[in-house]
Amino acid sequence: MTATISSRTRGIVLRALALTVLALAATFLLDSYRNYQLAVVAAVFCATAGLTLLVGLTGQLSLGHAVLMACGGYGYALAAGFAVEVDLSGMLRFALGIVGAVVVAGAVGGLLGLAGARLRGPYLAGLTLALVIALPAFTSQVPGLGGDQGRNVPFEPVPDWLAPVLFSTEQWHAWIAILVAAVAVTPLAVLRSGRAGLRMRAVHGDEVAARLAGISPGRVKSHAFVAGALSAGLGGAVLAIVTQNVSPGGYDLAFSLLLLVAVVVGGLGSIGGAAVGSVLVVLLPWLIDTLTTSVGLPADVEQRLSGNLVVLVFGALLILVTVVWPGGLSHAFAGRLGSLSARLRRRSDQHVPQSLTER
Amino acid sequence: MDRLAFLLATGLARGLVIALFALSLVIIWRAARIVNFAQAAMAIVAVYVAFAVTQATGSFWLGLAAALVTGAAVGAAVERWLIRLVPSTTPLPGMIVAIGLVMVLQSAISIAFGPKHRPMAAPFSEQPFSVGGVAVLSPYDLFILLVALGVVAVLAVLFNGTTLGLQMRASAMAPEVSRLLGVRVPRMITLGWMLSSAVAALAVLLLVPTELGLNAHSADILFVHAFTVAVLGGLDSPSGALVGGVVVGILISLVTGFLGAGLAPIAVLVLLTVVLLVRPGGIFAAKEARTA
Repeated sequence: MTATISSRTRGIVLRALALTVLALAATFLLDSYRNYQLAVVAAVFCATAGLTLLVGLTGQLSLGHAVLMACGGYGYALAAGFAVEVDLSGMLRFALGIVGAVVVAGAVGGLLGLAGARLRGPYLAGLTLALVIALPAFTSQVPGLGGDQGRNVPFEPVPDWLAPVLFSTEQWHAWIAILVAAVAVTPLAVLRSGRAGLRMRAVHGDEVAARLAGISPGRVKSHAFVAGALSAGLGGAVLAIVTQNVSPGGYDLAFSLLLLVAVVVGGLGSIGGAAVGSVLVVLLPWLIDTLTTSVGLPADVEQRLSGNLVVLVFGALLILVTVVWPGGLSHAFAGRLGSLSARLRRRSDQHVPQSLTER
Repeated sequence: MDRLAFLLATGLARGLVIALFALSLVIIWRAARIVNFAQAAMAIVAVYVAFAVTQATGSFWLGLAAALVTGAAVGAAVERWLIRLVPSTTPLPGMIVAIGLVMVLQSAISIAFGPKHRPMAAPFSEQPFSVGGVAVLSPYDLFILLVALGVVAVLAVLFNGTTLGLQMRASAMAPEVSRLLGVRVPRMITLGWMLSSAVAALAVLLLVPTELGLNAHSADILFVHAFTVAVLGGLDSPSGALVGGVVVGILISLVTGFLGAGLAPIAVLVLLTVVLLVRPGGIFAAKEARTA
């Protein structure tokens, strides 16, 4: 038994290593702006990988994942700011910042997990919704968080020993983002494929049956929340490093919903799907913006479309994927694309168990 | 003391609108066992229609009628053409589709009408009466109070006193058995959606004159407050929603008045957390099935 588990874990770790090296190599092919986008994708991926486990495997809908990212960002900003005051720099400052991010996000995630353990679907979604709405109030009331302006984050320059290899700061930030994402997501992949993942599916499938099998649903749910919060916190720290700022405006409800779009469109419960979704939610707004500005619309039309058209497209995607491909893109690409017509035909037969999430 | 009385009165007026919106959440919960996260966005669509009608005819009452009719129509359309396509074995897909609908409706409205707030005039004066030198409710607040009480009374009669209400509750609780007994379950669920979104449209229409104006996001905060109320009172209880609405309205008003507006969202969050942790199903909720 132990042998099979460790070999599976080894497989996941090896695959993660290969993908990380590949991503690091890819940064050399990209210009500065693309590297910046890659870093943002990696940061969002940290959050979506946790969210996809939370929603897809345990069935807990969190609308407040942006808050967990914000916690990571503020944790990093506070700890790194403290490090600057005591004259730390380089790796030590970075490490202290990351510890700060993990501690703050983990603490808030733990509290949410306690709530999640007791609450069913709509109640948890509503609670996390209220949390997102209250975030700007928290940042303006708690001293040291800087109100609406947020906090500045110390700049991370390219370290001297890497300066001959890397050609821009953006590339170094992309490296940080990729390495942090690898550290954040690999444990989630191991969790998902192991016993913990099985327990999560069991709790989502049937809580009473899971309890009969000796699983404590509350514990499984709150652990899933903490795991998701930790990786979201790391994502928030990366985003803070890349943008050199953390403010409540960046982590509003719209961003939370964007994370949800990423995991649903990518395919709930699938880590690869979360990666695809993260690329989509970072690149599509930029693509649509470029498209609308290049068409040459009148100024007021363009102003109305900016920001809104993207939300329209994402909302439509969310509905379309849920109704037509409950498994998301990751399943659609895995040979289901051709079965669209069959699926539509089967709808008259109500007994086909169509599940949005992985069981 | 004057200040306290004033804040209590303002809180009561605000709480009644929240209560009315929370009632719409209770209706849809009783009729279909779901929490409709798209309620606010759907209501905003109806209120835009009401706004257009009021602008064209100059009559608030025609606008109000238009809001009710459009609200019901939007509810029916969403249920028939969207929610029915979604598997309902777990609440998750329905919630995700509702969130997608919020994004589509709000962005479509923002694209069509721009980001500016359109002010709406109230049908009655918003100048508060003064009793013994203390400003209390305005005629408009009294109007909202009457409407809210009227809606609760009508719903109480409908759900508890008529065959239709019984059929609606039965369809929600035990669809299979109801179907066997000859209840047209899909029709009952559509009716529940229509009723619920008409009430939501009414609540938002009453809210808009007291706020900045009409905008795609005018009802977002109202939804969060109403959800808090619905949870506080239990999603099953209309009178719980009414009491909860007044409690939350007064809480917000007192916190805003004595501690600052910035703390109001935190107060709501704390209240919601405490209630959910102490009674996960709401204070007035009846016990559901045992799970262990």
